[in-house]
Amino acid sequence: MTGDLGSENRTPADKAIIRINSLSKNFGTIQAVDGVSLEIQAGEFFALLGPSGCGKTTLLRMLAGLETPSAGSIIIDGEDMSRVPANRRPVNTVFQSYAVFPHLSVLDNVGYGLKVTGIRAVEVRDRAEAALDLVKLEGYGARMPDQLSGGQRQRVALARALVKRPKVLLLDEPLSALDAKLREAMRHELVNLQETVGITFIIVTHDQEEALSMADRIAVMDRGCVRQVAPPAQLYEFPANRFVADFIGSVNLFEGIVSAVDGAEMTVQAALLAAPLRISQDKGFAPGTRVWVAIRPEKINMTKLGVGPALRLGDDNQVEGIVEEITYLGDFSTYHVRIARPTGLVKVAAANFDRATLRPFTWEDRVVLRWNSNSGVVLDS
Amino acid sequence: MKVRDNARRIQPGPLEYTRQAWMRMILLATFVFLYTPIATLVAFSFNDSRRNIVWRGFTTKYYEKALANDGLIEAFVNSLSIAFVSTFISIILGAMTAFMLWRFRFPLKPLYEGAVTLPIVIPEICMGVAMLVFFARIGWPTGLPWPLNLGQIAIAHVSFSFPFVAVVVRARLASFNPEIAEAARDLGAGEWAVMRDAVIPHMRPGLLAGGLLAFTLSLDDFVITFFTSGPESVTFPVKVYSMVRFSVTPEVNAASTVLVVITVTVTALALWIQNKQSSEARG
Repeated sequence: MTGDLGSENRTPADKAIIRINSLSKNFGTIQAVDGVSLEIQAGEFFALLGPSGCGKTTLLRMLAGLETPSAGSIIIDGEDMSRVPANRRPVNTVFQSYAVFPHLSVLDNVGYGLKVTGIRAVEVRDRAEAALDLVKLEGYGARMPDQLSGGQRQRVALARALVKRPKVLLLDEPLSALDAKLREAMRHELVNLQETVGITFIIVTHDQEEALSMADRIAVMDRGCVRQVAPPAQLYEFPANRFVADFIGSVNLFEGIVSAVDGAEMTVQAALLAAPLRISQDKGFAPGTRVWVAIRPEKINMTKLGVGPALRLGDDNQVEGIVEEITYLGDFSTYHVRIARPTGLVKVAAANFDRATLRPFTWEDRVVLRWNSNSGVVLDS
Repeated sequence: MKVRDNARRIQPGPLEYTRQAWMRMILLATFVFLYTPIATLVAFSFNDSRRNIVWRGFTTKYYEKALANDGLIEAFVNSLSIAFVSTFISIILGAMTAFMLWRFRFPLKPLYEGAVTLPIVIPEICMGVAMLVFFARIGWPTGLPWPLNLGQIAIAHVSFSFPFVAVVVRARLASFNPEIAEAARDLGAGEWAVMRDAVIPHMRPGLLAGGLLAFTLSLDDFVITFFTSGPESVTFPVKVYSMVRFSVTPEVNAASTVLVVITVTVTALALWIQNKQSSEARG
């Protein structure tokens, strides 16, 4: 099942361009990166996703050669690069601040990486111009950086990093300084660019939407550790642990004890819910295990009490509650539903199908929440 | 509503200081206070009188006299030579000091930082005496041929002017985005190329401003120079001082006016270069 979800993304050629082996970095007593091991395939669009301070930028800087690892190794295209300085790695970076040289023209900026390694001026010029075409900045070569908008400056940084045809392109929060509309356009453009040049892209971001929409695979990081590596859909639908479930999107987590296992289904007695949860599972938890059931808000069906099938007391996977809070978000609304015994909140998201019924639900409505047994994910960590 | 509009028109905004009469008066008074002595100096350099107290008519003969005064010209050439050499060395030393303070962390760094800026606050007279004692103690050779006889003065000047360069360049480096240097490195630049292509271009306005400061400080320094100059190595300010001890003639005024003109020209030139650079960068 998980394989099916993965295959809707492009399957990268099975060749690791980067192998990271139990890589660690500590600054004094702070463990920024803690024994990370990863394999990144050639031609992949890979994202490092995590909250700020999770070590994703430090990991990227170690790949670039701008930080020295405290332990572990980095192998790029079969060569151990752990101790190779940044200027001799087949890797280029697009920095968060773009770091365009303010005293050089656009063309000189883009050609810098070639010029500094001693390539002939004519070739530098040709290749720099070709790189500018690639990022749709043809004709901007003579301008100075402060004559450019933020978006254009970022294109210069991209062209400058791509002109050396690196084996891997590293992007450190490349879209965080752009406004919302431009950011969305740039997402598509980055994906197209990556397909055109065929270079492995590794992007660092704290924006899950960015990672989900662009990457072939995502590594979710937390406090220096990688918590899960998976394609976007798998990450969202089958999070490996509570951190990932909670970090990617919104989730309801019900803590409980496995009370019965019956083949592919099991029953969880959740402290929060009156009725037991019945869940499909393939992890083989034994009865008595302490687990968390994660259910996404949009996977919960909400109906007014008395409308639709009646609530039968003791039925599995349904619960009665009262709408406490409504957040209207245009395309859909989220509801916080207070459930009775003991008291707790469940998040429900519902698409706003019908314009006529502006508010299908209102505050203090008594509602019934239902979900399928295969909607939830059982986690034990 | 109308009343308020009127009131707004009369009452200047917070940034329109110069629209207030009393503010204009203060501005005017400041200019008068600052520039009257210099204007008087320049005006009386054209005074056709030996005593230089009463205006007796216009002449340029004291300029001719000053230009014909070999001792004065020699002192002037000495001053310029010392200023150029000490500025050059100060820029290099100051930039290196600033870079080290910005780039590295090492034990006792605050102490070192304080020690570097000490020559700025030490009274000049103490510096002068210290230099005199120092050169006498190490037995610095005297009676060397020109320009080597200016060595002590140049060294003394470097010692008090390079901290100024260091302070100015250090302040400039504070605004440097380290990602620029990292980008250069990432693109294949070694340590030297990073320095040449990323750090020094950013330092440049600081180097210019600091160098200018060092140049003018060296050119007009009297106290420290007085203690380190011998009979064969007289600088312009020291020479003017010795001339004034006999009498304040318009010749002194003329010589001083030339110095004012040179200083103003150099400053204007430096500002112009800096403006041109920043407007080129801006387009």
